[in-house]
Amino acid sequence: MAPLFAGWVEQCRALLQNRSAPPLWQPYRMLRKLFHKEATLANHASWLFRGAPYVVFAAMVLAAAITPSLTTELPAARVADAIALVGLFATTRVFMALAAMDIGTAFGTLGARREMMIGFLTEPALLMVLFNGSLMAGTTALPAIVQDTLAQSHVTLHPSLAFAALAFVMVLLAENARLPIDNPSTHLELTMIHEAMVLEYSARHLALIEWASWLKLFNYACIGFALFAPWGIATHGVSLGGTALAMLALVAKLAVAGAALAYFETTSAKLRLFRAPEFLTMAFLLAVLGLLVHLLLKA
Amino acid sequence: MTAVLALVGAWLLVGALGLLRPTGIGWVARVLFPMGALVGLGVAAIGAVALTPAFVAQQVVLPLGLPDLPFHVRLDALSGCFLLLLGTAGAGISIFSAGYFRAGEGTAPGLLCLQYHVFIASMAMVVLADDAYLFMVAWETMALSSYFLVTTQHRLPEIRRAGFLYLLMAHIGALGILLCFGVLHGGSWQMTFDAMRASPLTPFWTSAAFVLALVGFGAKAGMVPLHVWLPEAHPAAPSPVSAMMSGLMLKIAIYGLLRVSLDLLPPGPWWWGLLMLAMGVGTTLYGVVFAAVQTDMKRLLAYSSIENIGLILAGIGLVLIFRTFDLRVLAALALAAVLLHAFNHALFKSLLFLATGSVMHATGERSLGKLGGLIRRMPWVAAFALIGSLAIAGLPPLNGFVSEWLLLQTFLQTPRIPLAFLNMIVPLGAAVVVLAAALAGYVMVKFFGVIFLGQHRESSLATARDASWLERIGLAWLALGCVAIGAFPQAALDVAGRVTQALVGTMAQRGPSLWWMAPVASNQASYSGLWYWAGLLTVTAVTFILVRGFFRARSRRTAPWDCGYPWQTPRMQDSAEGFGQPIRHLFGPIFKIEREVPQPTDRAPSYRIQIEDRFWVTCYRPLGRLIQGVTERIAVLQGGQLSVYLLYSFLTLIFLLVCVL
Repeated sequence: MAPLFAGWVEQCRALLQNRSAPPLWQPYRMLRKLFHKEATLANHASWLFRGAPYVVFAAMVLAAAITPSLTTELPAARVADAIALVGLFATTRVFMALAAMDIGTAFGTLGARREMMIGFLTEPALLMVLFNGSLMAGTTALPAIVQDTLAQSHVTLHPSLAFAALAFVMVLLAENARLPIDNPSTHLELTMIHEAMVLEYSARHLALIEWASWLKLFNYACIGFALFAPWGIATHGVSLGGTALAMLALVAKLAVAGAALAYFETTSAKLRLFRAPEFLTMAFLLAVLGLLVHLLLKA
Repeated sequence: MTAVLALVGAWLLVGALGLLRPTGIGWVARVLFPMGALVGLGVAAIGAVALTPAFVAQQVVLPLGLPDLPFHVRLDALSGCFLLLLGTAGAGISIFSAGYFRAGEGTAPGLLCLQYHVFIASMAMVVLADDAYLFMVAWETMALSSYFLVTTQHRLPEIRRAGFLYLLMAHIGALGILLCFGVLHGGSWQMTFDAMRASPLTPFWTSAAFVLALVGFGAKAGMVPLHVWLPEAHPAAPSPVSAMMSGLMLKIAIYGLLRVSLDLLPPGPWWWGLLMLAMGVGTTLYGVVFAAVQTDMKRLLAYSSIENIGLILAGIGLVLIFRTFDLRVLAALALAAVLLHAFNHALFKSLLFLATGSVMHATGERSLGKLGGLIRRMPWVAAFALIGSLAIAGLPPLNGFVSEWLLLQTFLQTPRIPLAFLNMIVPLGAAVVVLAAALAGYVMVKFFGVIFLGQHRESSLATARDASWLERIGLAWLALGCVAIGAFPQAALDVAGRVTQALVGTMAQRGPSLWWMAPVASNQASYSGLWYWAGLLTVTAVTFILVRGFFRARSRRTAPWDCGYPWQTPRMQDSAEGFGQPIRHLFGPIFKIEREVPQPTDRAPSYRIQIEDRFWVTCYRPLGRLIQGVTERIAVLQGGQLSVYLLYSFLTLIFLLVCVL
C-alpha cells in the first residue's frame, strides 16, 4: 500500500510538471529490481551497516501496525502509544544516521549530521502536535484519540488543532525529505540530506530502506488523518463492511493528500539549509502555541 | 539491618586489605575488586529486600560517634531503593575496575583500592544515615575520598586544578546542606531525622531550608549554575571513578534532595516545585547543548550527566507541585519517573564512562578528533556502548525511553492542577524537556558515530585491542540492566511504587497485567516493553529470513563511492567539531566562542576553536578575583610579628569583656 502511495505522489508530480507519468506500480517494479541485484558493500562496512536496513524497516512496519489507519480495534495499538510511536521514528533516524557514518566518507557523515539536525527539531514538534491531540482527548493512545474525536456529534473547529495541523504538515515535509527542506529527486551533493545517507546502500539493502521511507510517508499521512480527519475509520468491532468502508475512505484521503503534496512540492522551492532550522523552529513554536491556546481557552 | 552494616564494613575491609600489598596489582585486581563486586551484589539484594511489601523500616543506634551524639542508622524504602542502585551499578563498575587498573599509573593500586572502597562505602552510609551528624560525616568522607580518586594522576597540573575546583564546589555544597540541617532542627538541637520531621517551623524557615537544600545538593548533583566542577572533574578521574561519580554520586545527591524535600519537610508552597522545575529544565537544556559541542569524549558525557540530572530535577519539581495540591497519584507517578530515571542513568552513564575507559586504554586518546572506526577493532565494547548510547538517547525499547515516557505522561497530567498560572507554565517545561530529549539523540549519534564508526582518523588505531574479559563482564552487566528494565518496565514501576507509598502515601497504577505498563489508566496510555521487543525482533527476523530466502543474497566488497575524487582521506570525515557545528550555529548566543579561521594565503593553515561556558566567564571568574582581592587585604593583618599578634589577643580580650559587662 505504501509504495502505491509513493507512486501516486510521483504520478501527480509528473502530471503537474508536464512530464509523462510513470505507472502507479513503478515503485513495486523498482523494489523487484533492487531485490534481485547483487549487493555491494564498502570495504570496511561493519555489522551495523548491514543490519541497519532491517531494523529501520522493522521499526516502520511496527509503526504502521500501531497507527490506526483503518480501524481503532488494533491488536498492536496497546503495545505503544503516541510517544512510543515518535520513539520508533527516532530509532529509525538514529540507525540511518549511524549506518551513514559507518562508512566514513564525507558524504555519509554530512547526510547524518544534517538529518540529525532536522531530526532534533522535528521530533519535539511532532510530540507537541501529538500532545495537542492527547490533551484534547485526555489520552496518548492514538485509537482512543480517534474514538474521542468521532464521538463528538458535531464538527467543531478547534483553534489549537488548526495550529497543530499546520505544524504537523511542516514536520511531515521535513521528516520525509520533501521539498522545502530536502529534494527527493536530486543527487546534487550540496542539497541532499536523505540521499546522502543512503548513498552507499545498494540492492536489497537499498530496497528495504526505500520501502521503509515510503512506509514512513504513509505512516505520517495516517497519523495526520487520525489526528485531524478521522472520519471513516471503523470504530466498533471488526466487520467486513466497516473495514471496506474505512478502506475506501483511506484511499480517498490518501489520494487527496498525495495530490496536495505533489502540488505543494511543484510550486515551492527548496530552502537553503541554514533556513531549514527557522522553518522547523516555526513548526515547533506553532505546536507549542497550539498547546497554550488549548490550555488557555480550553478550546 | 545488621547485614547491610556488615556489608558496608566488608567494603571497608576490602579497601583496607589493599594496603597489605600496596603495589601488588594482581592481588588488588584479581581478588579485591571482584570481592568488592560481590559485596555490591549483596548490598543490592538487601536494597531489594527493603523494597518488598512486607518490609518495615528498621532503626538502629550505633555505639559510635561522639559521647552524646551516637550514630543513628535507618533502612526504609527510599534508602533501600538507592542501595539497590548503588549495589547494582557498583558491582558492574567494580568488576570492570578489576580489569581496568594497571600498575604504574599514578596512585599505587593498593591505595587506590582503599580510596575506591571507602568512597563506595561512604555513599552507602549517606543513604543509611538517620541523623544529620552521621549524614555529614559520611557526606564529607564521600567528598574527600572521591577527591583523592579524581587526583589519581596527580602529577599533571590540570588534574590537580580540576581536583581543587571539585573540592571547593563540594564544600560550598556541604555548607548549604549543613545550614539546611541547622535550620531544620528548629532550635531543639536534636540531630536525628525523627526530631527534624517533628520540629515545628514557620513557613519562612521551611522555605529557607528548602532553598539551602536545593543549593547544597544541587551543587553536588551538577545543577546549573553550580555545575562547573563536573566537566572538569569527570574527565580528570580514571574512567571507573568517573563512572562512580557520575552514575552513583550524583544519585546520592538526588537522594539527599528527595530525603529533605519529601521526607523531612512538610508539603510547601507551589513555588518550591516551580523553582525546582525551572532549575531542572534549564539544567537539562544547558547540559545537552554543551554536550553537543564537546570534542573530548569524557567531557561530552559529563555534560550529558548534567542534562540527565536536569531531567531528574524537573521530575522532582513536578512531584513537589502535585504534592502541594495533594494530587497524590500524580505525585507518585512523577516520583516513580524520577526514581526510575535515576536508576537508568546510573546504569547507562556508568556503562558509557567505562566504555570510554576501554577506548582510552586501547588507544591512549580522549579526544574525539583522533578516534574513529573502532567498531571493527573493538566489537564488544562497541556493541555495549551502542546499547548504552541508544538507551541514553531515550529510544524504545530500552530503559531510557521508559523513564522519559513516564515523565512526559506526568507532564500531560498538569491540566489537573487547580492553578491557572502553573497550568500555563508547566507545559512550556514539557516542550523544553522534549527538545532536550531529541538533542540527546543528536549527542549520542555524535558520540557513538565519531568514536566507533567510520574510518580510523589516526593510523595507530589500527592496532587497538578489545577490552579484557573482566572489563567485558562489567560492561555486559550494565548493558543487561538497560535491556532488562526496558523489557520489564512494569516491574521497575512496582518497585518504585513501594517508595512512593512511603513518601507520598500512594503508588501509581501498575497496569492490568504483568505485561503492560499503564500508570494512568489502562485506556489512556499503555506501553509494553516486552511486546515491543518481541514485535521489533520478530519483524526484523522475518524480514531477514524472507529477503535471504527469496532472493539470492549475494554481496561483494568494493571501495566506497568517492564521487570521482579518489584522494579522499579519513580526515575528510566529519570531525567532532564538524558534527557539532549546527548546534553551535543554532545556539550561538549560549556559548562564548573564540575562533581562529585560517586565511586563504596562510602557508600552514590552522583552525582553532574554543568554546567556553558563559557562567564561568561571567560569574565564577569575577567572584574568584573578588575573593582573591579580599583575602589579600585581610592577609595584611598577618604581619608575622609576635608583638602585633599579642596586641590582637589583648584587644579581643578587652572587646569580649566589654561585651560581657
